[in-house]
Amino acid sequence: MTDLTTDFLGIKSPNPFWLASAPPTDKEYNVRRAFEAGWGGVVWKTLGEDGPPIVNVNGPRYGAVWGADRRLLALNNIELITDRPLETNLEEIARVKADYPDRAVIVSLMVPCTEEAWRAILPRVAETGADGIELNFGCPHGMSERGMGSAVGQVPEYIEMVTRWCKQNYDKPVIVKLTPNITDIRYPARAAHKGGADAVSLINTVSSITSVDLDSFSPEPSIDGKGSHGGMCGPAVKPIALNMVAEIARDPECKGLPISGIGGVTTWRDAAEFMALGAGNVQVCTAAMTYGFKVVQEMISGLGDWMGKKGYASTSEFVGQAVPNVTDWQFLNLNYVTKAKIDQDKCIKCGRCFAACEDTSHQAIWMKPGRVFEVNDSECVACNLCINVCPVEDCITMERMAAGSVDPRTGRTVTDDYANWTTHPNNPGSGCAAE
Amino acid sequence: MAHSPRTPGIVAGRLASDTLARNFADLHPPLDAHEARVAADRCYFCHDAPCMEACPTAIDIPLFIRQIATETPLAAAATILSQNILGGMCARVCPTETLCEEVCVRETAEGKPVEIGRLQRFATDTAMAQGPQPFSRAAPTGKSVAVVGAGPAGLACAHRLAMHGHDVVVFDAREKPGGLNEFGIAAYKSTGGFARAEIDWLVAIGGIELRHGQALGRDMSLDALHTQYNAVFLGMGLAGVNALGLPGSELAGVEDAVGFIGRLRQAEDLSSLAVGRNVVVIGGGMTAIDAAVQAKLLGAEHVTIAYRRGREAMKASRFEQDLAAEKGVTILTGVQPAGFFGDGAVAEVELAYTDGSGETLRLAADQVLMAIGQKLEGAPGALTIEGGKIIVTGAGRTSRAGVWAGGDCASGGDDLTVTAVAEGRDAAEDIHASLVG
Repeated sequence: MTDLTTDFLGIKSPNPFWLASAPPTDKEYNVRRAFEAGWGGVVWKTLGEDGPPIVNVNGPRYGAVWGADRRLLALNNIELITDRPLETNLEEIARVKADYPDRAVIVSLMVPCTEEAWRAILPRVAETGADGIELNFGCPHGMSERGMGSAVGQVPEYIEMVTRWCKQNYDKPVIVKLTPNITDIRYPARAAHKGGADAVSLINTVSSITSVDLDSFSPEPSIDGKGSHGGMCGPAVKPIALNMVAEIARDPECKGLPISGIGGVTTWRDAAEFMALGAGNVQVCTAAMTYGFKVVQEMISGLGDWMGKKGYASTSEFVGQAVPNVTDWQFLNLNYVTKAKIDQDKCIKCGRCFAACEDTSHQAIWMKPGRVFEVNDSECVACNLCINVCPVEDCITMERMAAGSVDPRTGRTVTDDYANWTTHPNNPGSGCAAE
Repeated sequence: MAHSPRTPGIVAGRLASDTLARNFADLHPPLDAHEARVAADRCYFCHDAPCMEACPTAIDIPLFIRQIATETPLAAAATILSQNILGGMCARVCPTETLCEEVCVRETAEGKPVEIGRLQRFATDTAMAQGPQPFSRAAPTGKSVAVVGAGPAGLACAHRLAMHGHDVVVFDAREKPGGLNEFGIAAYKSTGGFARAEIDWLVAIGGIELRHGQALGRDMSLDALHTQYNAVFLGMGLAGVNALGLPGSELAGVEDAVGFIGRLRQAEDLSSLAVGRNVVVIGGGMTAIDAAVQAKLLGAEHVTIAYRRGREAMKASRFEQDLAAEKGVTILTGVQPAGFFGDGAVAEVELAYTDGSGETLRLAADQVLMAIGQKLEGAPGALTIEGGKIIVTGAGRTSRAGVWAGGDCASGGDDLTVTAVAEGRDAAEDIHASLVG
């Protein structure tokens, strides 16, 4: 069996699957169940400063986006940070860590943006024996209205400042959790890096309204007829998260900054993708909230099988393997010519490729008698939409045209040579080439 | 319980009432809202969908299923009913396994089609439970049309004509409207008086008058209708039954399957309905299956279908054949009746193998149900008849101007409820065009 042991910032865990700071990690009871189920680590639900506990709404906290057959594609929440007393949480963290020394226990924190507030809480967290802290600069709802959470995460200068306070007052790893509710994720990541962060984790939830009740005209979840934007997570946000992880992983200014990948990790495959894009481990929440802690068993077996097949002895061997392949559009090979091809044996003749191409794309699919669908290479620009809408896996594939053949759409001979926009004659910026 | 399946002769009450009720419950129980959502999610919304092509009434199936999936069943029902006003009945009785569901791409993909029939029923049942039909009458045109036959063809024609503002009088030979929907379909396909309820709902559009006990050729003539009305539509179906003229056909217990099914459909109390201990059904169509299965469900101990050709040649679909087998009916193929024997009442059927071997066998039979096809009866001599059907061209035009025909009595198309609806509807459009043209 493949060894999934992961070393993240010197914190070892038996596998790279951590539970993200969220409702599943709010209490000792839940965390013990998670560890029994096999999770490699947890980021304890965010603690706030000492004093009167946080108050949550007493109506619904979650909204949802469903796909076919009511499959949960996304959750949205308006829950705040832990609403239990600080001391209770700290005692529980210490007990759990003592009982599970081989698992990672990270404590998520969110206190007002003053050095005193941070200096007050950090030593108390240190006493628990937890492996590190995660600064919650991400939550987009509620706490942000009080100048915390994403209100900090949206201002790179604040990120740097608070990170520095923490590094000065805490001697274990400091992870900075980033909000995606920003234009360019590299700026907050660079700020964390400058402040001395040991790692960044991302993404936190995406500001969202999941739906509107068309009788009451209230956003969901509805609290007495009113709704507030929440934070969205789950499979639907994964593409946003992958891109942001990749942007940081390939940013020269963030070079060497470890990343904990978060955002819609639902299967082992999602985790492997985050890690290939540079995440040293992943954090999971929605999958656990949807299916319970047991899902980690599929993640463990799946990742192990894949690594075994690929011959990877450790997760570090594939972390970041996809990063060099993330590039700017201008560097993509314009001499790479493909055409869609429909496997007639696999085709079930639904005609969705035809409708999509005929109505919304390039009229490159013929519908022939007997509902036979074929690609017209003279019109096919290889957009991929037919593959995207086809209900049968691998029925339509993109086939690369061999060098030396003629693309019937352009009349040009296909070449193996690499050529991109920067040297393209139509590019006004590629001056010399055009002359 | 006075009797059991083993009681000799033709007797009532072979099974307890609760068993009978269970046996005659809905063959395809209705989907609830959750089940409908799950079933609707499976539709791929195909382009130029094969299911729609396969539907004789060309219902926009992908659209109505999407309307169910988006929680607008009334819109779904409007999509169905605008093409097929008897969409509720068709959802119950259509052999979907040889129509829309046979060509569903998910049948191709997984051998499990989208449940189009049950989804259609969900939409139409929801609409009918919520209130009146979604159609209203156009301003009266002052034209009147006679429709002969209150079966699927006649009702579909009448409704479409009424929608266009014409006054319609529907004549039917029986005491109740509905035709085969009311008298000819297996009870477990149309439960709870649905056929009648659907007709009440349909005629509520207004402008349709139903006259019962009026048979063409007996109570009125085509000439008289032609004179009295601006147009005539004939949709009286096939009222006669074929006979084989075999020795012993006159014995008690030898009867026509259509009569047996009609009696069963009209029975208030199934436990009062007599059925034989050993029942033999002659034929290979839907009527044979319906008669055989229901005889078994009523408590007959042995039910055998005897068909002269192979199973693949049976007009009943494979699904129907399997249904019969599942209910315990024996299907014998390659045999035809040679005679019926008994003292006053039938006791045995002699069957001859059709392979030319001259071999015969005898089956005990206290009831023989003949399901060897119906025939046109009382068709006016003025019309061209060929192969036992009124010859029509285009949208149901007969050889006589001003007279249209559709459904089982007319040439072309399969003898299915849904085909009759399509023909009645299309004839109505043609009649309308000719009246207002």
